[in-house]
Amino acid sequence: MSLLDLRDLSVSLHGTPLLSEVNLTLNQGEIFGLVGESGSGKSLTALALMGLLPEGATGTGSARFDGQDLLALKEPALCQIRGKRIAMIFQEPMTALNPLMTIGDQVAETLRVHGRVSRAEARATARARLDRVGLSAPRFPLSLYPHELSGGQRQRVAIALAIALRPALLIADEPTTALDVTTQAQILDLLRGLVEEERMSLLLITHDLAVIANLAGRTAVMKSGRIVEQGPTETLFRNRTHPYTRALFAASTHQPAPGPRRGTLRGEYLHQKETEPASFWQKYSPPTAPDSRPPAPENTLLTVTHAERSYRLPRPSAFAAHPLLRAVDDVSFSIFAGESLGLVGESGCGKSTLTRAILGLETLQGGAITLNGAPVSRAMPAPLRAQVQVVFQDPYGSFNPRHRIDRLIAEPFHLTGLPADWPERVAEALREVGLSPDDRHKYIHEFSGGQRQRIAIARALIIRPALIVLDEAVSALDVRVRAQVLDLLAQLRESHDLAYLFISHDLSVVRAITSRVLVMQAGKIVEEGASEDVFAAPRHPYTATLVAATPQIPPDWMAARLEGETHAT
Amino acid sequence: MRPALALGAVLSATALAAALVSLIWTPYDITTLTIAQKLQPPSAAHWFGTDHFGRDIAAMLMTGARTSLSVALVAVGIGAGLGVPLGLTAAARRDNWLDELIMRGNDLVFAFPSLVIAILITAVFGPSALNAIIAIGIFNIPVFARVTRAGALSLWTLDYIRAAQVAGKGAARISVEHILPNIANLLIVQGTIQFSLGILAEAGLSYVGLGAQPPTPSWGRMLAEAQTMVTLAPHVALFPGLAIVATVLGLNLLGDGLRDALDPRLRRRG
Repeated sequence: MSLLDLRDLSVSLHGTPLLSEVNLTLNQGEIFGLVGESGSGKSLTALALMGLLPEGATGTGSARFDGQDLLALKEPALCQIRGKRIAMIFQEPMTALNPLMTIGDQVAETLRVHGRVSRAEARATARARLDRVGLSAPRFPLSLYPHELSGGQRQRVAIALAIALRPALLIADEPTTALDVTTQAQILDLLRGLVEEERMSLLLITHDLAVIANLAGRTAVMKSGRIVEQGPTETLFRNRTHPYTRALFAASTHQPAPGPRRGTLRGEYLHQKETEPASFWQKYSPPTAPDSRPPAPENTLLTVTHAERSYRLPRPSAFAAHPLLRAVDDVSFSIFAGESLGLVGESGCGKSTLTRAILGLETLQGGAITLNGAPVSRAMPAPLRAQVQVVFQDPYGSFNPRHRIDRLIAEPFHLTGLPADWPERVAEALREVGLSPDDRHKYIHEFSGGQRQRIAIARALIIRPALIVLDEAVSALDVRVRAQVLDLLAQLRESHDLAYLFISHDLSVVRAITSRVLVMQAGKIVEEGASEDVFAAPRHPYTATLVAATPQIPPDWMAARLEGETHAT
Repeated sequence: MRPALALGAVLSATALAAALVSLIWTPYDITTLTIAQKLQPPSAAHWFGTDHFGRDIAAMLMTGARTSLSVALVAVGIGAGLGVPLGLTAAARRDNWLDELIMRGNDLVFAFPSLVIAILITAVFGPSALNAIIAIGIFNIPVFARVTRAGALSLWTLDYIRAAQVAGKGAARISVEHILPNIANLLIVQGTIQFSLGILAEAGLSYVGLGAQPPTPSWGRMLAEAQTMVTLAPHVALFPGLAIVATVLGLNLLGDGLRDALDPRLRRRG
């Protein structure tokens, strides 16, 4: 008998259907992957069966867990199941733990809530569970607070909390999305090991097809609150029966090609919701080799020479000297005009500090940065500053919510003086990024994440800079929207002769959009070379670790139908 | 139209209108004492009754509105007018000596019991409504500076502030253009709180004889004077109390309504 059996599970909020007729079964000891884009209802499915639906939402159908219908249970009965029989791990390890409680107390609390155990027993079990997730004594005593741990370590604590009572079902909602690739690989290994050893079932919710491919035995693909396709992972990945599944796959392995420019960028407005498959099909172009123009040294745009920046850390004890953190440690490289350069590294490697220095927002302590021969500094003159613009990661924090779109996009004109025809220039910039000129009177909250990144690109483009720094610019987007934005970036680079500094932790994206790449570790550039070469045959051990840790869909799973897909477009 | 905003506007406007009308007309002369009429309950002749000197409470409330509203408003104005720029400066120059200087200066003012300093000020410069305003206003400065700085600090880490820096905008310009509009909701709420505290502080100063001087009435002093007669004639305390409650409530609703109306995210799509 299956452990979890969802039959026609539907959820509606004030009459609006959010989930429609979700059917799936989960056997004991099985890893089941639930994949889909944001808003597809995959998290809501998990919340529905935990009985944690948002206010006003009602569920119908049945969710049988171990013979009991979870939807029919009252709150006290659900409390007995939640945390004890079904446990959950969330995406954000920074907020999933209580910052004022030690990790030992947090794990022990779960034990004491659900069973009559003494404090000493609870702490002993907590110790054992923390050991199991790789946080062993004496390096990780129970008395540590969450802020003393890294993101990956916190996620381990969250997992220890979840498995404290050996639940039958573990639900992991994007458990590794906020983590670096090497940490992600470790956490996924841990989850896989737990399922095998403890005969737990794992419902793995993610947007990342490669993670699913490596972990889940069976997979369901969700779209707009429905499961569009489900089956054994390998069969599903090889066949890709449903057009939506095909679209997802094509987008996740997408290679943006500058190629012949599409009508949409020649001034026509493509009025389509970004989540509609049609826009993807129209804009999708078959994979071609990325731009392989050799860098031309005479066209050097930006040069970084021996850049250094350290931060003083707090004293470890009252009379010790401040230890120094070398965020950027003797970094030298160049960006050539019209080039797309990648910068890869994990969080804390110093890429943010380097970015701020290149943008002229941070003072270096050693070395220099020059742009077209002139020094970059916090006090650089406006015409020089106007040659570099930036697109940030977070589509929600990048705009002042109180200004209209035209004012937001026109902000960089502060550097050049507001031209008389600025409304027309704003309209043109909106057209260039595939939005309507009529959008300029709206506010930012009226746009989706992908549209906001387009607006951010329009803001960067409006004063025609020579270099755009793309700081994790597509990391927060769904795969299909990401593919569109990457296409747009590739086309704009061609049409406007832009240089990109593309900063990301996602190797596949960097590989797709850059011709040359720098790998940064602990403040130093450890490897530099053509993107294809670096990722195909890494020379530095750190690059090799990164490449190895990046989850990949087995290539032969993908090969089968690629031809058919090309025809479909 | 939002009902809360409308109610807030009506209550605040009533208080303001009462204060303005009292400049040219009140139902009775509040400087004439008619001891024979003292402590009368509300009636057709005296809607809100009379106090222990036989003065009409409605007329007293109208005249008192002038003192209470102007003291509280000007004190909030002084606090916000100096505190907000100080807070913005401190946030813009965070981790810098200027930030330290401003915030430690604020701590210094904050450390003194406000009423004691107010008594000191009025003792040196003589008791009057104006000195009460200055004293209360000075103690509003650190409150606004702290709220402003805290709100601004969290905004300074956002990407749109960095985008503005990349667009070459300086700290002052960013503070006015991006920071201030986005902490306006905090300041409006703090403003209404400080306003109600201002009315009460003025009452406290008047109670010890250092605020508005007799015969100028204020709501706070009316309340204070009615203390001893609450069991005898509850209406004498009730109406000034209700006036304070209604005005503070009105201003709070008005503040909340304005905050929502100014935020494009909460505005209905037109």
